[in-house]
Amino acid sequence: MSLSDFLKRATSRWMKDGGPEDDIVVTSRVRIARNLDDVPFPILQTDSHANQVIDTMRRAMDTPEFRALGKFDLLRCSETSPLDRQVLVEKHLISKDLAAAERHGAVALREDELVSIMINEEDHLRIQCILPGLRLNEAWQLANKVDDALESHMVYAFDERLGYLTACPTNVGTGIRASVMMHVPGLVLTGQIERMLGAVSHVGLTVRGIYGEGSESAGNLFQVSNQVTLGESEQEILQNLSGVVQQLIDHERSARRYLLSEMREGLEDRVCRSFGILAYARRMDSKETLQRLSDVRLGIDLGIIKGVSAGILKELMVMSQPAFLQKYYNEELSPAERDIRRAALIRERLRMDDAEVH
Amino acid sequence: MLCQRCQQRPATVQFTKIVNGQKSVQHLCEKCAREQGTFFTAPMQTLDFNHLLSGLLNMESSPGFSPTPSQARCSNCGMTYQQFTEVGRLGCPHCYESFAGRLDPLLKRIQNGTEHMGKIPVHAGKQVQLRKHLERLRQELKQAVAFERFEEAARIRDQIRSLEEQLESNRG
Repeated sequence: MSLSDFLKRATSRWMKDGGPEDDIVVTSRVRIARNLDDVPFPILQTDSHANQVIDTMRRAMDTPEFRALGKFDLLRCSETSPLDRQVLVEKHLISKDLAAAERHGAVALREDELVSIMINEEDHLRIQCILPGLRLNEAWQLANKVDDALESHMVYAFDERLGYLTACPTNVGTGIRASVMMHVPGLVLTGQIERMLGAVSHVGLTVRGIYGEGSESAGNLFQVSNQVTLGESEQEILQNLSGVVQQLIDHERSARRYLLSEMREGLEDRVCRSFGILAYARRMDSKETLQRLSDVRLGIDLGIIKGVSAGILKELMVMSQPAFLQKYYNEELSPAERDIRRAALIRERLRMDDAEVH
Repeated sequence: MLCQRCQQRPATVQFTKIVNGQKSVQHLCEKCAREQGTFFTAPMQTLDFNHLLSGLLNMESSPGFSPTPSQARCSNCGMTYQQFTEVGRLGCPHCYESFAGRLDPLLKRIQNGTEHMGKIPVHAGKQVQLRKHLERLRQELKQAVAFERFEEAARIRDQIRSLEEQLESNRG
């Protein structure tokens, strides 16, 4: 299969499409945690409890309300290979914890992969919507619609005072976690990032790397998300997050303008050097890949590199991950072999576009 | 997940054994893991989210703190407060009620208050109303019987039956 065919088939909509502010905002994601009223949380689940949750979900998916939301498939972790589950993690459709929940976990996935519902992860259900660009409200509305459709066919654990009850008290109330993945090379290169991230944590938000809790930040990519889930409405939570993200966008834009006007040669050298390495190197590890891709994407945004699609950062950010590489080459690869194949994949992808470097 | 050995406590330890290249994974509670094996060493103390949370859970000086003995047990799922502080996850929705005395001060610290301000499920909202109505009717029935108003009692009993059926069918 050619790379372009594989890309068409194996990538999610969020990896292909653009969206508002997508020179800086990669994705907007909203997930809501829900639990069934009369079943213990997954941590105390027996096989029959887990099956009860999956069966309830299966029945709810087979109703007119749910079918109106699009075509969904339900996959049980026990029926998928660890490699396939890891690919879903790399595409941000399921969490690492769900991929590890071999016995009880399942996921309902919409055809376009913008909506996924994790089953028997930390909570019984986690409805997740991921959209390209800054579209938090849209993501929330989509998740909300899925929630409404499910709710008419199951009884949620809900308390009038505490709201939606969740396995961890850090999610109780609205059960909502909204996060925005941002590419902010300007803030990193001008040395402002530490200060910005410190400020963000003072207004009830958290910042993490690209693969969620505990993951390292790489490629100048950060995820900003809300921390509080109780005592504020979903709208307030989203507005607070949007407001902060908008400010980070403004600072990133002015940092980029500063770099262009004051440090142009250094910037061009950095961008073109990284482009050269991606286009010709024979061995690339994940970390360097992300850093070089970040430089190239910045070069595209600032008009230093022309003819290369801007989506290349998020596309290759996922494609160059270990499981995706092994899926593409259809064989098991050691880390050393992966570095060689990763470099080959990147060269091949770059040849699909007609790059013009000034 | 429950411990695969005792089936009683939550599994907090992943026990991986590799014998002649054959890998097997067992999910155990700490007690069983300790009993099980010569291979078991103390869990690595890493400062992750769970440890931070259980640190907060064990802070006794918090305002509004009311003592829940660590043996306190959720009557629905059997999880003890002690287990909750270890794994940082509750066992079932009823735990919120069972451990309310300890959870409320915690929620005040990690959340913005203890009152839900967001979405209310339409369906559950209805269930709550039905349950409240049912409760009222049961009181009325007691009254009617006490005062020997049997015709009225029979009418109320029928109402209760139909409400109970409604609640039951909403569940399914």
